[in-house]
Amino acid sequence: MEKRVLAVFPHPDDESFGASGTLAMYAASGAEVAYACLTLGQMGRNMGFPPFANRETLPECRRKELEASCRAIGIRDLRLLGFMDKTIEFEDPELLDARIGAVVRDVQPELVITFYPGYAVHPDHDACGAAVVRVIGRMPRGERPAVHCIAFSHGCERVLGNPDVLRDVRPYLKQKFASIRAHRSQFYVPGVSDGDGRVTRELEERFGTERFWTYRFD
Amino acid sequence: MIPIDAEAVQAMLDALKDRDVYLHLESTTGAYAAHYDSSRHPSSAFVRNAVIRYERGVISGTGPYRVGLKMAHGWVYCEGLTHYEETETERLLLAGHNREGKLAVALQLSPTPF
Repeated sequence: MEKRVLAVFPHPDDESFGASGTLAMYAASGAEVAYACLTLGQMGRNMGFPPFANRETLPECRRKELEASCRAIGIRDLRLLGFMDKTIEFEDPELLDARIGAVVRDVQPELVITFYPGYAVHPDHDACGAAVVRVIGRMPRGERPAVHCIAFSHGCERVLGNPDVLRDVRPYLKQKFASIRAHRSQFYVPGVSDGDGRVTRELEERFGTERFWTYRFD
Repeated sequence: MIPIDAEAVQAMLDALKDRDVYLHLESTTGAYAAHYDSSRHPSSAFVRNAVIRYERGVISGTGPYRVGLKMAHGWVYCEGLTHYEETETERLLLAGHNREGKLAVALQLSPTPF
């Protein structure tokens, strides 16, 4: 199994639903798991249920939530890249690539997990995935880590085919649910955010599989 | 106004960067939003003739379009833009119209006050 894994997402909480089980699996196997988060999600609309944050306290709330999520998953290397929420698509691609490239050179991952550019719905997701793919694509073929992408736009399977990585994360649902609960200003998921912490059959079915598409560079 | 030509808008964004420009930025659901649909929360805001200077301005998307202006200490962001005024040469007038043709959002930049 890969020993060094890097997740690159634009918002705190992007890791939770799509990849936290997988990242917890790698962490449990002894891999070094790093997470580069591009923004603090500081322009988010969710302020808690009921609201406890405001526009000015939200970035710090979300930074703490992200740190708690990383602890729950077993990520010890969290890097906050300091970009502004909602602006990734407008940033100078050279600046983005340089920042992400520096993390890749430092972490030397064998596997990178990000969003599939063009199939990830939110402009920040698409722009983040596009930058990662540019950075990895410029590496010599033999040195490139595998890139596993999350896609969820309507009809993405029609273009991309079925995901080639289907991972059973049921053994890591405790970590996954702790990650979801950590982002308490952003998520309220009945049965996960409340309840007695029991992993029911229904929750297993809903959250027990994570799906990725391996990015093909040529 | 006509449907946005992203290349023409990008050229105007480039022409207006790195100088003081007047900004009009507006977003509105319409004051009658809750009257017609009680589940909606009417909200609107505008800023008119604030002076800004941006170092990088980008139009993005495939329609409706988004614009981001990167300033020394912050950003201007606008989503949902559909139309621009093709007769303007010095000013950039962008608007987002909803399905009924009503204005939902506007982003305008000018070297002189609106």
